[in-house]
Amino acid sequence: MTETISSTPVRTPLARGTGVRTTVLVALLVVLALSMIGSLAVGARYIPPAEVWRALVDAVEGHGGGEVHEIIVGLRLPRAFVGAVVGAALGVAGALIQALTRNPLADPGILGVNAGAGFLVTIGIGWFGVGDIQGYVWFSFAGAAAATLLVFVIGAGGPAGATPVRLTLVGVALGALLGGVSSMISLLNPTVFEGMRFWGAGTLTSRDEHVLWAVLPFVLIGLLLAATVAAPLNAIALGEDLARSLGAGVLRTRIIVIVAVTLLAGAATAAAGPIGFVGLMVPHVVRWFVGPDQRWILLYTAVCAPILVLAADVVGRVVMPPQEMQVGIVTAFIGAPVLVFLARRRKITGL
Amino acid sequence: MTPDDGSGRASFVLRSPEFQAPHHRSTLRRALPGFSLRVDVRLVLVCLALSLATVAVFLVALSVGDYNIPLADVIKTLTGGGTPQSRLVVGEWRLPRALLGIAIGAALGMSGAVFQSLTRNPLGSPDIIGFSTGAYTGGLVVILLFGGGYLQTAAGAVGGGLATAALVYALAYRRGIQGFRLIIVGIGVSATLASVNSWLVTRANVVDAMQAAVWGSGSLNGLGYDQLWPVLGLLLVVSPVLLAHAPALRQLELGDDAARALGVRAEMVRLSSLMWGIVLVAIATAAAGPIAFIALVAPQISRRLTGTATLALLPAAVAGALLLLASDLVAQRAFAPTQLPVGVMTVIVGGAYFVWLLIREGRRQ
Repeated sequence: MTETISSTPVRTPLARGTGVRTTVLVALLVVLALSMIGSLAVGARYIPPAEVWRALVDAVEGHGGGEVHEIIVGLRLPRAFVGAVVGAALGVAGALIQALTRNPLADPGILGVNAGAGFLVTIGIGWFGVGDIQGYVWFSFAGAAAATLLVFVIGAGGPAGATPVRLTLVGVALGALLGGVSSMISLLNPTVFEGMRFWGAGTLTSRDEHVLWAVLPFVLIGLLLAATVAAPLNAIALGEDLARSLGAGVLRTRIIVIVAVTLLAGAATAAAGPIGFVGLMVPHVVRWFVGPDQRWILLYTAVCAPILVLAADVVGRVVMPPQEMQVGIVTAFIGAPVLVFLARRRKITGL
Repeated sequence: MTPDDGSGRASFVLRSPEFQAPHHRSTLRRALPGFSLRVDVRLVLVCLALSLATVAVFLVALSVGDYNIPLADVIKTLTGGGTPQSRLVVGEWRLPRALLGIAIGAALGMSGAVFQSLTRNPLGSPDIIGFSTGAYTGGLVVILLFGGGYLQTAAGAVGGGLATAALVYALAYRRGIQGFRLIIVGIGVSATLASVNSWLVTRANVVDAMQAAVWGSGSLNGLGYDQLWPVLGLLLVVSPVLLAHAPALRQLELGDDAARALGVRAEMVRLSSLMWGIVLVAIATAAAGPIAFIALVAPQISRRLTGTATLALLPAAVAGALLLLASDLVAQRAFAPTQLPVGVMTVIVGGAYFVWLLIREGRRQ
């Protein structure tokens, strides 16, 4: 699976030193803060940043009220945080799964997360009459977790254990099976179809703080786990035998990665529906800039992915008023040209 | 793919008594001066078994339906006898559809095998060059914006698919085509189009959207001889061409440098087989809409059954044919009188069978 593009080491712009990398990271954090502010200010009603700031200060000091307060604190703030959390979760999950499978086509959905979530949401709409996001969250999270667990149990059955290729294939097969059953149910039942076509696009609309608090713990645990496997993943990139001799626990790392991916991607899908592309694209682009060190890839991804999601969400709000365009639709519109451009321009590296 | 595809069963391109592969495979070799033939026994047996199963499913597909016709009568009808009634039901209604299932399945299976070989990626399929997504976009635009009928939709789909594939190829071209860049550009373009698709679906009314979804899953409903002859004709022209490419493609799997050293014109072979692979998908899509998953799973299934780690076009073709035919049978009969699009069933049947294969592969060791 490993494809080496050129045998000479590729100079990546940010691979020159920790100082440069840290500076750029700080700059990216500023961009992230700006996109948070943008997400609070822009919408059906534009609120100037100064007013946004006042509303936030008022809210922190415990007084405030009125329409602006409602819009900022009640609607846009939770939504912005959900967007940032979802973005970070999807991005890091994507970086982890690409590092684990070393397959450029691998996205967080590859272990069956999206298909499992979609399957249980289908069941939820069809049999339990669930109709709002608060209901979807738990169905989709349970589905994501169950599907990944199943993929791992089947994948681990092989002679060599849970090899990345096997996991990938099992994930694809099981994901297809679950997706097929879901679309069968929704084609036989118009109510389900109606619910699924909107859930399936991925959106941050009307995500309140309940959604945020429901998924935040899982995302935090997932990010922590990701941080612990960054170094072993670097060793595994050298090949499994070499990694073992360097003292990296290959199996343990794999299991931690899978748990982290499930938590992150499951939580993100539960909060916003299946948002594709973020987890696929951001790690690729980041890798071309910072080089192959997983620690930097994960850090940069955790900052860049939320920027993409928040920007997409803001664009989706203003692009065709009064309607909103789902964030899952806009991410690819914004991100894909960047990905294609970079893939053409740069001397790209495989995994 | 590396020679060891994770199945724990390494097979080698080179097979001869002097070079004994770790797992001995029985091969028949026939050498004449200037000509040699090597037959992999297992490969032949698997192909035969799959073909027999296809024939069996084919006969069942001709026999069952709202109006059941006993197998004996089916065979009588096929050999030129039968009652006028059975000639109508079997000969006019069911036969073209079943044959189309076989032809389209074979086309998709072969095309998938070519793409997986070209990208050396088990997830490779015509989707990676954006054909299927582009075809779906083309079809959706025709159905949702212009309310087009069967022919217009087919034209829109093929046009969309070809345009997308050309765009991906052009964007990925940089002093030659290279698997990894092709994959990345394909991801980007497909993702954009997938967004367009779900946007189109969310803003249509629910009736149109469901109709589009049925078309978009691919369906053999209502197809007849009008579709069968062009599909069969084109398939018979394209398959030999692709089969002729197979040896060069197998050498390309060793890497460009090795292949060039063996006298393969890498870029030519790649472009040409890419093109013929796309022609196969285009034929299938024009007739039945974008049928998912067969191109991806048929080569994987045949690879596991035959135990080969390299490109094998014929087994993939037979596996694809059997899979599509069986899926269509289930799609027609499972919720009769409601007819599901076959694309939904290919995913379920193919997915379930593939999961089972993987589980079994795990147990055997």
